[in-house]
Amino acid sequence: MAFIDYYKALSIDKTASEDDIKKAYRKLARKLHPDLNPNDKEANKKFQQINEANEVLSDAEKRKKYDKYGENWEHGEEYEKARQTRQNSSANAGAYHSSGGFGEEDFSDFFGSMFGGSSGGSRSSQVKFRGQDYNSQLQLSLTDAYTTHQQTLNVNGKNVRITIPAGIENGQTIKLKAYGGKGVNGGPDGDLYITFSITNDPQFKRAGNDLLTTIDLDLFTAILGGEVTLDTLAGKIKLKIKAETQNGTKTRVKGKGYPVYKKEGEYGDLYVTFQVIIPTNLTEKQKALFAEIAGLSQ
Amino acid sequence: MEIQEFVPVDIFCRQHGVQISFISSLHDFGLIEIMKIQEAECIPLTQLVVAEKFVRLHDELHINLEGIDVVNHLLQRVKDMQDEIWVLKNRLRLYETHE
Repeated sequence: MAFIDYYKALSIDKTASEDDIKKAYRKLARKLHPDLNPNDKEANKKFQQINEANEVLSDAEKRKKYDKYGENWEHGEEYEKARQTRQNSSANAGAYHSSGGFGEEDFSDFFGSMFGGSSGGSRSSQVKFRGQDYNSQLQLSLTDAYTTHQQTLNVNGKNVRITIPAGIENGQTIKLKAYGGKGVNGGPDGDLYITFSITNDPQFKRAGNDLLTTIDLDLFTAILGGEVTLDTLAGKIKLKIKAETQNGTKTRVKGKGYPVYKKEGEYGDLYVTFQVIIPTNLTEKQKALFAEIAGLSQ
Repeated sequence: MEIQEFVPVDIFCRQHGVQISFISSLHDFGLIEIMKIQEAECIPLTQLVVAEKFVRLHDELHINLEGIDVVNHLLQRVKDMQDEIWVLKNRLRLYETHE
């Protein structure tokens, strides 16, 4: 549990007036408010800190306690007891007892230790807080994302079964309402955001709804034409090769690409690039025949 | 058949401690939809999250309606640009892995 410098969090001096604190808080809140920084964890964390700082520094009693113990906050209560014993006075015994009353999930451990948990009756105890949003990442292969399928995720110890529609994009995020953290004081539950990461495939590259692939073509088929069998994500297909197909020639196979997200039965196209392979380890006879062809060509 | 759910504006306002006129102004600015059902003004459930966001911007950050309109427009632009970055990153990844 680290000490949080609330003055530093609000970028104010220790001698700041109530008005200075209010102004500093409002200025930073306008910059870091979660509604203005969706999915920015860093901004949300800073917003939590300035909220805490404001709760403490704008309350004279809490500020006094914070200023008194400072970095020794962990031993604050012990110091207080020792002081009271010395003075043999019980008048102030409960002066620093749990004056919080904040939703524990909205404040740091540091705050909870110093100012108590959710007991007490300040205005915050009546405020409903929305539960925390959870973010999760799910990695899929290109083949997995090709078909609509169900998958079970474990989010904070809870199993969540989701249906992943075919054609989901790399980096795409889906929201599952109310699958996040529990709401505080009867507030609504947060949401679960799942970001998909689609891994690269050695055979196919994805470009939107289209797929790109490169296949080897032997020299003889490239020159004379013929037929090749090609593996696609939907199964095998036969492609007719025109005679005199050049190295690097690209052909489009309509409707054999990637499924269009949430449009059942719609697919992109498959683009096939032919890479003509020059034969190696030729026999003497083959070399002689190639020489003959070369002669005829001149 | 699609079922649409609504929240009456007066209940929403009571729950969030805002004036009905504020919600009417959000509607006048074209920021949220309001529908009349049996003479009662209602917010469609699909608009609830957005309406709550505007209430928070107004209450917690003291942003007036004109400001909310500008913020909403800019947030939409940020989102569009982030979506575009995703598409471009994916396209770039394609060329990078091709090398």
